[in-house]
Amino acid sequence: MSGAAGERATDFVLRCPVPLPPGATVLLGHGSGGKLTQGLIRDVFVPILADAGSELARLGDAAVVEAGGQRLAFTTDAFVVTPAFFPGSNIGELAVNGTVNDLAMMGATPLFLSAALILEEGLPLEDLGLVVTAMARACERAGVALVTGDTKVVERGSADGLFVITSGVGLVPEGVQIGPERARPGDRILVSGPVASHGVAVMSRRAGIGFEGALASDTQPLTDLVRAMMAAGDVRVLRDATRGGLASVLNELAEASGVSMLADEAAIPVLPPVRAACEMLGLDPLYVANEGVCVAIVAADDAEAALAAARATPAGSDAALVGEVVEGPPRVGLRTGLGTTRPLIMLAGDQLPRIC
Amino acid sequence: MRFVDEYRDDRIARALLEDIGRIVTRPWTLMEVCGGQTHTLIRQGIDELLPAQVELVHGPGCPVCVTPLALIDEAIQVAKCPDAILCSFGDMLRVPGSSEDLFMARAAGGDVRVVYSPLDALEVARRNPDKTVVFFAVGFETTAPANAMAVKQARQLGIDNFALLVAHVLVPPAIMAILVSPGNRVQGFLAPGHVCAIEGWRDYEPIARDFGVPIVVTGFEPVDLLEGIRMAVAQLEEGRADVENQYVRAVVRDGNAAARAVVAEVFEPCDRAWRGIGVIPNSGLRLREAYRAHDAELRFPHEGTPASESEVCIAGEVLRGRRKPHECPAFSTLCTPESPLGAPMVSSEGACAAYFLAGRRREEVSA
Repeated sequence: MSGAAGERATDFVLRCPVPLPPGATVLLGHGSGGKLTQGLIRDVFVPILADAGSELARLGDAAVVEAGGQRLAFTTDAFVVTPAFFPGSNIGELAVNGTVNDLAMMGATPLFLSAALILEEGLPLEDLGLVVTAMARACERAGVALVTGDTKVVERGSADGLFVITSGVGLVPEGVQIGPERARPGDRILVSGPVASHGVAVMSRRAGIGFEGALASDTQPLTDLVRAMMAAGDVRVLRDATRGGLASVLNELAEASGVSMLADEAAIPVLPPVRAACEMLGLDPLYVANEGVCVAIVAADDAEAALAAARATPAGSDAALVGEVVEGPPRVGLRTGLGTTRPLIMLAGDQLPRIC
Repeated sequence: MRFVDEYRDDRIARALLEDIGRIVTRPWTLMEVCGGQTHTLIRQGIDELLPAQVELVHGPGCPVCVTPLALIDEAIQVAKCPDAILCSFGDMLRVPGSSEDLFMARAAGGDVRVVYSPLDALEVARRNPDKTVVFFAVGFETTAPANAMAVKQARQLGIDNFALLVAHVLVPPAIMAILVSPGNRVQGFLAPGHVCAIEGWRDYEPIARDFGVPIVVTGFEPVDLLEGIRMAVAQLEEGRADVENQYVRAVVRDGNAAARAVVAEVFEPCDRAWRGIGVIPNSGLRLREAYRAHDAELRFPHEGTPASESEVCIAGEVLRGRRKPHECPAFSTLCTPESPLGAPMVSSEGACAAYFLAGRRREEVSA
């Protein structure tokens, strides 16, 4: 064996597949759904785990894979919300709805769920009961069956009460083609309900700022809404506006489809108490997380029909058309009340409540 | 929403814009003092709708931006101390210190908690009697009353493990520092409405008189700002230099008497260094002798000397209104909200962040 070959072999063993910055650590902002999260996916997960053109590399809300002649949608999601109980809901309902909605965003009919619970030593059993009861109710409401699970207990301090991880599978009906890359100039942008309610409800409970009474999380299954819109017209793209909020989702979709998007600030629904809370905390509701709101990009001719269909469902009663897809580089513009247009950029990390 | 929608009404805004266009006859330079005002102006693109003769330069009214490096380092040092809990408003956490920020201190094991009120920090102190709980008291006159109240309550309730790291700054001395600085271009000020809601505007009257500059106490919504601009331009055109109040729904001449009383009881004025600007006499607050036991700077003597600021960052020029954020060679290239070189790129009130978030990009200066 020549020396050169030996060196190469050593290189092969020692070389990390991605040059990660030495000494860098994970920051909370890496979980915000903004640019830092995207960086983690781009620099760590995709290069190590995903082959080019693979299903993982598509980075959809859920994977769509073929098995036994059927198209299956498959997804997983971890829930670490603090506090676990917040106005209008708790982590259990959120964990079921989150996974159900990720499947629905592929146009799939959600069928089966798994759940893994990580419990912190000292968690009151009563709280666990409330969370599990909420999971059962949410499954019933979404028409899915929780068919397998796992439980782990960690030492006090190693988790914050409890964490819930759910996975789910659903069937994608024949002919359904929904994907983040399908937006075309001329399409209309539909938002299924008022934005920012979930994030503001959680944040206000965390902050103890005392207007929780007027606020509630929007967590809910979007299955009926999606089914109704798809029956009414050509829905090209669906994405639930979770972490990073509406603004981040529109940016992701503009990027995936290679188009510009233009939204009207005044057309985007925000409930009055949520708006008031955002004003107080200095938050932009367009960047606040939702758990029961999705963006649908719909062919222009079908937009009104899809809107009417959405509004006829409980989850979509406040749906609105908020803008359109236009030709141009992948970016998002927001028309303000004064008639100026400003770019709606992707945030780096979480929004930080202001000082005064 | 009442008290919001009517101040964002585009018809009223357009009428005010037309008014300003009608009365202006020559170029004027105004400074909006508060970073909250800067953000509204830039987000809504108001600076682009104004007549070309009216130029707005952005003031130092971003408490996060002007908090000196040494105090950020001190906060990081406290956060890393195993017997301490550092409580702060959220937007201080990403401000770069000499070598790291508070988020990094937290990732490295420091106990850093985001709170929404100093009274929340007091509660943390009550629940953790074996730790020293330090609240990073940043802000202008607006946040001083709540911080004073927290210290007063700590004293009343015997919560001795509660301390303030005081970085309070005051607006009127800063306005004077801008007016006397060489090369000053500012001819009129939009004074910060929230600061004046606490302190009133009596302290601004001698400034308007002595320096011959109009000062208009102004709110934060688009209509507020346009009305404030119109009032300031009208004064300049008429050759007047008065203090006027646009923000009548929140501000009276004497401010809030109860808030001023608690501030005066707990704090006293002191000289203070402003990041990027330097020491301004009597421009800060510190705890009075009677409350000095709650001073974090005395409990945690500062170690080490701060590294120098980034050489390329022009935060000091931006904070004094001499240059705009997008004139900085680092703006939106080397310096972004993900990796800020200077504090104005971090804070929700920082002028650089306002420009960046509104999609403004570096101004190419032709040679």
